[in-house]
Amino acid sequence: MGSLLKNRGWVIGALAVAILFPFVLPNAYFLHILTLAFIWMIAVYGLNLLAGYTGYLSLAHAGFFAIGAYALGLLTVKTEINYWLALVLACLITSAIGAVVGLVALRTREHFFAIYTLCVGYIIYLVIDKWDGLTGGVRGLIGIPVPSNIGPLSFETPLSQYYLVLFFLIFTVLVMYRIVHSLTGRTFIAIRNSEDLAQTIGISTMKNKLLVFVLSTFFAGLAGALYASFIRFIGPDIGYITIIFDLLTYLLVGGIGTLAGPIVGTFLIVAVSQSLQFLQDYRMLIFGPLLTLLIIFYPRGIVGAYYDWRMKHTAKKVKRTRKEQRYFESETVDAEKKVKEG
Amino acid sequence: MDILTQQLFNGLTIGSVYSLVALGLTLVYGILHIPNFAHGALYMLGAYITLTMMLLWGVHYWIAMAVSVLVVGLLGVLMDRLVFHPLRNAPPIHDKIAAIGILLFLEAFAQLIWGADYRTMETPYGQVIDIFGMTATTQRVLINIGAIAVMILLYLFLKKTYIGSTIIAMAQNREGAHLVGINTNKVAMLTFMISGGLAAIAASLSAPINLVFPGMGHLVILKAFVIIILGGMGSVPGAILGGYILGFTESLGATYISNDYKDIIAFLLLVVILSIKPKGLFSREDF
Repeated sequence: MGSLLKNRGWVIGALAVAILFPFVLPNAYFLHILTLAFIWMIAVYGLNLLAGYTGYLSLAHAGFFAIGAYALGLLTVKTEINYWLALVLACLITSAIGAVVGLVALRTREHFFAIYTLCVGYIIYLVIDKWDGLTGGVRGLIGIPVPSNIGPLSFETPLSQYYLVLFFLIFTVLVMYRIVHSLTGRTFIAIRNSEDLAQTIGISTMKNKLLVFVLSTFFAGLAGALYASFIRFIGPDIGYITIIFDLLTYLLVGGIGTLAGPIVGTFLIVAVSQSLQFLQDYRMLIFGPLLTLLIIFYPRGIVGAYYDWRMKHTAKKVKRTRKEQRYFESETVDAEKKVKEG
Repeated sequence: MDILTQQLFNGLTIGSVYSLVALGLTLVYGILHIPNFAHGALYMLGAYITLTMMLLWGVHYWIAMAVSVLVVGLLGVLMDRLVFHPLRNAPPIHDKIAAIGILLFLEAFAQLIWGADYRTMETPYGQVIDIFGMTATTQRVLINIGAIAVMILLYLFLKKTYIGSTIIAMAQNREGAHLVGINTNKVAMLTFMISGGLAAIAASLSAPINLVFPGMGHLVILKAFVIIILGGMGSVPGAILGGYILGFTESLGATYISNDYKDIIAFLLLVVILSIKPKGLFSREDF
């Protein structure tokens, strides 16, 4: 519980800003952008659990995002089942496909894993693009309904959608927090630090890796499903490699392997992208080198850099108080000596 | 039967291009153990530079290609010095992300300079000729001859020259190479130079039969990764063999299975291989 209490100010502040934002700045455009950013954050959290905490860089997550989106879209448009059932099913379908892919992919390591997942992601994209009969191919899928009412709650307006997505984001963060600070989370970190060592001390690495992979695809699927019902139109593009590169940029800038990283990174990059709208096609001219420079100089992103700074700060403080103490102690010892001698 | 020989020839042509790209990738992997995701962007830049030289200054195809090889090769060296050298002691996940950053930058850069349009490259070798009853453009014949010539030259360079053997030595054992007095930094730069040059040659040769656009490297680089996993990461003969295997599989698959899904064949091949042998077909521990 320690780190949450230590960062309580930040957490409460961010939460308050997110909840009050629509009242302070009732701007439809900002609301739209923020809702989208929240959706990306959920996907980035999924990626963070796998790449940040377990050390497996999966480049297939855009594919899983697309699977979630298409699963929801197809279930609601073609079979017309209840939205919430479709949402749950979409997450489960994504996780199930994730489990199958994970079973095979996780036998590979490091570079092989990255290349393998890159290829899996591309296969998912190609299948969505070419399977006209099911997915509508390049034309995409239109007319995805908004979330259906829960009792008196309706999700017709952008504002209600904003709070719905915010709710899922908070849910995601809480789940991540519980996972990372549990024994399971420690196990994931142990695998990241040294898989051989983890195995030696009796961790079933395959079981844990599969668990983290499925969890991570679950959140990618959730984000995809929310995206589909928010934008209400999906095309094969959402599964393309560029999306995974976007997600990686968000994660890297914020801080890979940190809890606050996905929020900070996604928010910053989305905000900067919006203010540099005229650069839309060329934003990678800035973000590409930024990604490379960050990984060289600040491999743990903004949040990591902040932690390092705070750790140094406290270390200095501790040192200073110790020095003073020592000085004080030596003074007293000297005084005692003098008293004895005198 | 006619279709078959025609498709085999096509497979040979595609395979030649794949092999050249995969060779550059495998050389860098062999020496530095970096999966260079930016290699596809080098390939794309190679095509653009040749095209620009020909259109803007009316330079001859071969001279344009030579300039392109030089420029892209130097760009490779720059990448090594600025990015991969500082990251040499970092965890492997960092190299990959840095390479992706370079890839994104180079693509946006190409789009800024040349625009997102699809372009065609005209060469002096557009005429159709007839060999053993099948028709092909001279350019396609040229791709095969050019690629094979480059491969032979590269082989002779690696096996018969002193500098070439330093590359092999470093690929076999980095510390060992260092101990016997090889300047590993220089060898790494040289390897990046060769790797970039190979990508530029492959792109310049194949651009006339394909289109030139900023995203042209995506599929090629993905397939090149499939090839070097097929042939063993870091293995030179493996990259050549793998390239041709993939070329033939694709052109035959496109004819006899489905043209729509021909790009999936490569990836399915990879998924199957890695499912059975997680470290690739010829993993380095084997030899």
